[in-house]
Amino acid sequence: MRFLQQESSGIWRACNLFSALEGLALHEEYVLKKNHLIFLFVLACMALIQFTERGIYCPQADVYIDPWLPVDKALITHGHSDHARWGHRHYLCTHAARPVIEYRLGHIAVESVHWGEPVYIHGVRFSFHPAGHIPGSAQIRVEHKGEVWVISGDYKTAPDGLGEPFEPLTCHHFVTESTFGLPVYRWRSQSEIMQDINTWWQCNQAQGKTSVLIAYALGKAQRILSNLEPSIGPILTHGAVENINEVLRTQGLRLPPTQRVEAALNKHLWPQALVLAPPSALNTPWISRFKTASIGIASGWMALRGARRRRAADRGFVLSDHADWPGLQQAIAATGAEYVYVTHGYTDIFTQYLRQCGLQAQAVDTRFSGESLDVPEPETEAP
Amino acid sequence: MRAFAELFLQVDQTNKTNDKIDALAAFLTSAQHEDKLWAVALFCGRRPRRTVSTTLLRQWAAEAAGLPLWLFEDSYHIVGDLAETIALVLPPAKTLQEHSLRYWIDRMRSLEHADDLERKATVLEAWQSLDYSGRFIFNKLITGNWRVGISTKMVAKAIAKAYAIDQNVVLHRLSGQWSPDDLSFDQLILGQQASDDYSKPYPFCLAYPLEEAPCSLGAPTDWYAEYKWDGIRGQIIRRAGELYVWSRGEELVTEKYPEYEVLRTVLPDGTVLDGEIIAWRNEAPLPFAALQTRIGRKNVSKKQLQDTPVIFIAYDLLEYQGRDIRHLPFHQRRHWLEQLVAVAQAPCLLLSPRVPFLHWEALEALRLDAKAIGAEGLMLKKIDSTYKTGRKRGDWWKWKLPPLSVDAVLIYAQQGHGRRANLFTDFTFAVWRGEELVPFTKSYSGLTDEEFREVDAWIRRNTLERFGPVRAVRPELVFEIAFEGIQKSTRHKSGIALRFPRMLRWRKDKKATEANHLKDLLRLLGDECLEAGL
Ligand SMILES: [Zn+2]
Ligand SMILES: [Zn+2]
Repeated sequence: MRFLQQESSGIWRACNLFSALEGLALHEEYVLKKNHLIFLFVLACMALIQFTERGIYCPQADVYIDPWLPVDKALITHGHSDHARWGHRHYLCTHAARPVIEYRLGHIAVESVHWGEPVYIHGVRFSFHPAGHIPGSAQIRVEHKGEVWVISGDYKTAPDGLGEPFEPLTCHHFVTESTFGLPVYRWRSQSEIMQDINTWWQCNQAQGKTSVLIAYALGKAQRILSNLEPSIGPILTHGAVENINEVLRTQGLRLPPTQRVEAALNKHLWPQALVLAPPSALNTPWISRFKTASIGIASGWMALRGARRRRAADRGFVLSDHADWPGLQQAIAATGAEYVYVTHGYTDIFTQYLRQCGLQAQAVDTRFSGESLDVPEPETEAP
Repeated sequence: MRAFAELFLQVDQTNKTNDKIDALAAFLTSAQHEDKLWAVALFCGRRPRRTVSTTLLRQWAAEAAGLPLWLFEDSYHIVGDLAETIALVLPPAKTLQEHSLRYWIDRMRSLEHADDLERKATVLEAWQSLDYSGRFIFNKLITGNWRVGISTKMVAKAIAKAYAIDQNVVLHRLSGQWSPDDLSFDQLILGQQASDDYSKPYPFCLAYPLEEAPCSLGAPTDWYAEYKWDGIRGQIIRRAGELYVWSRGEELVTEKYPEYEVLRTVLPDGTVLDGEIIAWRNEAPLPFAALQTRIGRKNVSKKQLQDTPVIFIAYDLLEYQGRDIRHLPFHQRRHWLEQLVAVAQAPCLLLSPRVPFLHWEALEALRLDAKAIGAEGLMLKKIDSTYKTGRKRGDWWKWKLPPLSVDAVLIYAQQGHGRRANLFTDFTFAVWRGEELVPFTKSYSGLTDEEFREVDAWIRRNTLERFGPVRAVRPELVFEIAFEGIQKSTRHKSGIALRFPRMLRWRKDKKATEANHLKDLLRLLGDECLEAGL
């Protein structure tokens, strides 16, 4: 069994799929139904997309999507470090995602395409479509002989006014994330949360406190930035955030003016300022330099009281770049897909629920990490 | 309700004690009178009686949210808090209504004799008319699981601040038995109901764990050492001809321990003792598990009285000849306590023996002997200290024995709660029995975030089988598990149960084959039984 799993994950996938269908354990299938296995083998060899040790693989085109181990050709959905990794020989992404990927990975061989522009590789048609997760993030559509797969990477269905809004695509096979795949995650609207953040900033200001807001350096920070009320006061940034700001501004994104935190230059501004910093700055001297400060964290995890309370923060703002429970359900339903593959997060529970809804769902182990607040995002992964 | 929900949110959102107290004080100066009283009652741990079972609440919530029950239950497992889970899964309220906290508490209490249909109607009405935080408070109240980061002491500080009254006076007024039904806020707090309640205990003085070497405390001659007993903290009050027994949770437990009745006749009026309620036989303490059989019972049987007799080990005197003497130095209080106990001559009243020592090294050795006499370690009290309220650093220290530990193999993992909801952090461990690994304990604490992430990543790559949310993993990783005690258990396959198990460290240096055997644990069990005289 281990042999099958490692050497030919296509068979493994097909077996699991069929065992799910028939309610049979894998090894019984193997022992009892040899003929069936031969059939599955044929089917597996034909599968357009396979889940392998290196990542999501298209054998017909010999390309990987967001692979986690080094490969020859990698199609990349977006620039977050668990999706865009260093060490592949060739990269392909959207024009919109490219500058950040290049900034993070350094000198790589990369080509890029327009939204929706078809790319044919060994007869397989690939195209990139907005995933609404962060500026430039894509879902990858794969089509061959009438069979359509969509690998969504990370996605968010509600528009945020900054990145390209999520585009629903129809397909037969949908690879979804489930970072927040539990019914306890329901997001309030972005405008309400941003109002909370702006009010919090003003209250802190009134007490002479610096507002330090923790947010992912790529995506979340710029989303907040573009929705802050700049008339309240100066906006300062941590270097990791500002570097990404610069890349995105060069690309044409409109962000309000910001300046790096530098004691010599702007210490006098701190009591009125809002400071954007990445999770890696939490509990470091970098933060403790703001002697009187209120620390806020913007993350989907802040929806849970336990998460809020166990963090060394004064305020939690529930703001995520991933779809919430209703968003995931709507997105999956809109694809019309019969087969759904679940990555990131609560894969087991989410899969079980989809099965109950009548879909052929399957949990897939990947090395995607989702919106983990505990993992400080490295500024760059290049050695 | 909104003002109270707002207060709750503020208190919940900060981890700074002073901010909490400020928020509370602001609420107390602005809220309606009856809501004030209920807020104080709730924060001091007086909650309304539960009128709806949580099983029903879970069913109704799943139904109202349009979810299968198993999915609701799985979500609950991950969130770790029922009131919160319900508030989160329900669709947004249809029409918001504003009522006082008192209103909702009365509605809840009116359900005590109602049938399930009526209960359901009221609960659904609340869910449909409250926003997220209102629902959360309502659910907290109705599930009776009301634990917030506010202590009675913080409430007292807030009241003291809002009304300019001495904090210790407030604390005393808040202690003892009272109910928001019987009196008003003014009567309770502003003391308009004369302090004629003789049953009121004093707030307990609590000790800090000693983490540094004791020599950091200064001269040994300034300190007084005694054993730290593994019972429950208690106060015995003899006033106006009556006897009252309080346990640390500020619960009146007089009836549970009929052994103490004799103290009513042998202690002089106007006496308050601080000490340990402990099961004791043949001049030695019984394990805590024995006392547990008494804690839950209101009516004690003859057999229980025989099998698990309870005594009181007195270690402090708070009221003497009708006078509050907490401001006097410890050696003075101790001196009078010794006299009282000697005169009383009651078999159920022992004096906590002094552990004499000349220098700290000698005391260290004595501490290691504590186990042999059935104690958890030592207590260190400053000889000239007054009796403080609550936990204050400096005068009282508990110096516990190092925990027991065992090396065990990780065999199952499940996703954790709250902040660690996305990580595998709930582990089941096994030890060897012959060639087989026998699960014997669970643990989900003790590792750093960094280590949890590392183990999580390993689990995802080394899953052998999935059983619902539980994963069986390759039996390779070894952890040192620390625990406070061990007892026999018929409910566990291994035949034992641990008290307070936690991961002490990840033994990356050890292979699974080097983990401990079940017989090592059974040997510890033998020791414990032997010492307890079982
Ligand atoms: Zn991402
Ligand atoms: Zn991701």
